[in-house]
Amino acid sequence: MDAFGLDGLDELVRALIADGHRVIGPRRRDDAIVLDDVTGVADLPSGWGVEVAPGRYRLHRRGDDALFRHSAGPQSWKRFVHPPRRKLWETTDVGFAAAPDDERRLAFLGVRGCDLAALGVLGRVLGARSRPFIVAVDCTEPGGLCFCASTGTGPSVGPGYDLALTERLDDTGHWFLADAGSEDGERILAAVTRRPATADEVAGALRDVTAAAGRMGRQMPALDLRQLLHDSRQAQHWNDVAERCLTCGNCTMVCPTCFCTTTEDVTDLTGDHAERWEHWASCFEVDFSYLHGGSVRTSAASRYRQWLSHKLGTWHDQFGESGCVGCGRCIAWCPVGIDITAEVAALAAERSGDDVDV
Amino acid sequence: MLPARYVVTGRTVETADSVTLRLEPLERPIPRFQPGQFTMLYARGVGEIAVSISGDPSVVDSALTQTVRAVGAVSRALHDAKPGTVVGVRGPYGVGWQPSLAWERDVLVVAGGVGLAPLRPVVLTVLAQRWRYRRLIVVAGARTPREFLYSDELKWWSSRDDLALELTVDHAADGWTGQVGFVTQPLARLPLDPAATTAFVCGPEPMMRFSAETLLRRGVPADRIRISLERNMKCGIGQCGHCQLGPLLVCRDGPVVDYARAAELLSVREL
Repeated sequence: MDAFGLDGLDELVRALIADGHRVIGPRRRDDAIVLDDVTGVADLPSGWGVEVAPGRYRLHRRGDDALFRHSAGPQSWKRFVHPPRRKLWETTDVGFAAAPDDERRLAFLGVRGCDLAALGVLGRVLGARSRPFIVAVDCTEPGGLCFCASTGTGPSVGPGYDLALTERLDDTGHWFLADAGSEDGERILAAVTRRPATADEVAGALRDVTAAAGRMGRQMPALDLRQLLHDSRQAQHWNDVAERCLTCGNCTMVCPTCFCTTTEDVTDLTGDHAERWEHWASCFEVDFSYLHGGSVRTSAASRYRQWLSHKLGTWHDQFGESGCVGCGRCIAWCPVGIDITAEVAALAAERSGDDVDV
Repeated sequence: MLPARYVVTGRTVETADSVTLRLEPLERPIPRFQPGQFTMLYARGVGEIAVSISGDPSVVDSALTQTVRAVGAVSRALHDAKPGTVVGVRGPYGVGWQPSLAWERDVLVVAGGVGLAPLRPVVLTVLAQRWRYRRLIVVAGARTPREFLYSDELKWWSSRDDLALELTVDHAADGWTGQVGFVTQPLARLPLDPAATTAFVCGPEPMMRFSAETLLRRGVPADRIRISLERNMKCGIGQCGHCQLGPLLVCRDGPVVDYARAAELLSVREL
């Protein structure tokens, strides 16, 4: 393991850009931490933290200059590997032509464990598109809606990164512990001024990351969720959720693994030139399940059931794993504060015959 | 995801709202299809829909035969496509009927309305390899006598002694001398050897459920009753999420599934 300071992080970003990458990282914009192009440490949200609650997300000034101690924001890395809107192809009298791929190689800076897991989940659904260079960051300060410790996806970053950092703020200063997870990662790390980390430094970082697991604001009930959702198809509780759910689809937009799309066909005025576009869709839209004669899922209860059952249950049948990585975004960005962990607990209570208030 | 260009070279009017199109590739053809598979058919500038393939699998050429019923904007555009029209084709996709599951067994084909379209390749497969199968029974229903697809072919099937054809209509018309009623009525009384029967059922969802339940009562095992599910399909390759039915991505895991798998899914409203 290596160690470097803020200058080293700046060198890292510059090395990635020099290597031909478009570097995406956290930035403060519109009172939120968003993901956008960064060219150096100066672009990162130094000293900004996040306070979240169901239906609530607020930035606040921290007492330090931490760069990566803000829990998940309104966006996820999904928008860069699975864009909200893209042209698939166009057609004229001479045939179909695929839309050109964006050739720029991406580098993601500051990917937390939950989001690294989400990128893996998304990749297994959509197939391998171009793989970004990933600079992951261990989490030492989970947010009030985080539950990655109970989904097994954090707070330490799992496999799949090129470089993993742990941000350290202590009496020696502001520095980063770095671990290369790939040959590419080693190559980029070699361009950074660094020193070997001491055993004490590595142990200290590990201790803090491990301790973070005990400070999660939420916890997904430790149950066989696949079985619970299967057994809950006829649960009364769906009607209870439906009384609160606005079927707005926010949860599906902010979810880092929700992958559903629809297509849109457009023509020019002559009709000679037509295009097909793909854009994100949501299982909360009535049209989502449309067949001639009507939609399959019209009630709010059935649409919420579809989302939750797919995310936690049938995702296993379709893709061999859960679709939830415990980032908590769906709770923060639900306008009425529906809490996925609480709804699961309520479904479990209904199955076991207890009654709980959500 | 890029469609292949096909040109309409034949258009046969089947009913008031259905036609059968013959499509031939302009450049590369799509791979050969299995009975029960579908393609995504694109009408330029209008959109793309899933349409089952109804051609004869035993004919080795690159043409596609697809029957389209005009029920929406895209199917209307395809229905109205004149010979010479260029359409886009992706596929073939999905898990089909797998007629080989019925080798050495009685084959029972049950069709409701345009549900006969994806089943036609099963009947033609059995007829082309008649020695592999025991009895072939086709039960087809339509709302009125004028709404049967492939009426010339049905006459030919009814004249054969290696195929038992039962036609029934919901509403009779002048000149109809056949049965009146749902397909479940002939299913309930036909002589069957249930343990040795494989059923292939396609039609509106309630018709498939009632047919399957009738066959279950007669002793046909649930895993020997195959039905073809219909859900909204946008991509055809398991990536857009629209066609989910519980654990199934219908485009990828279906459209044809065993009733043993489908029964519990179809019994839940709005699943």
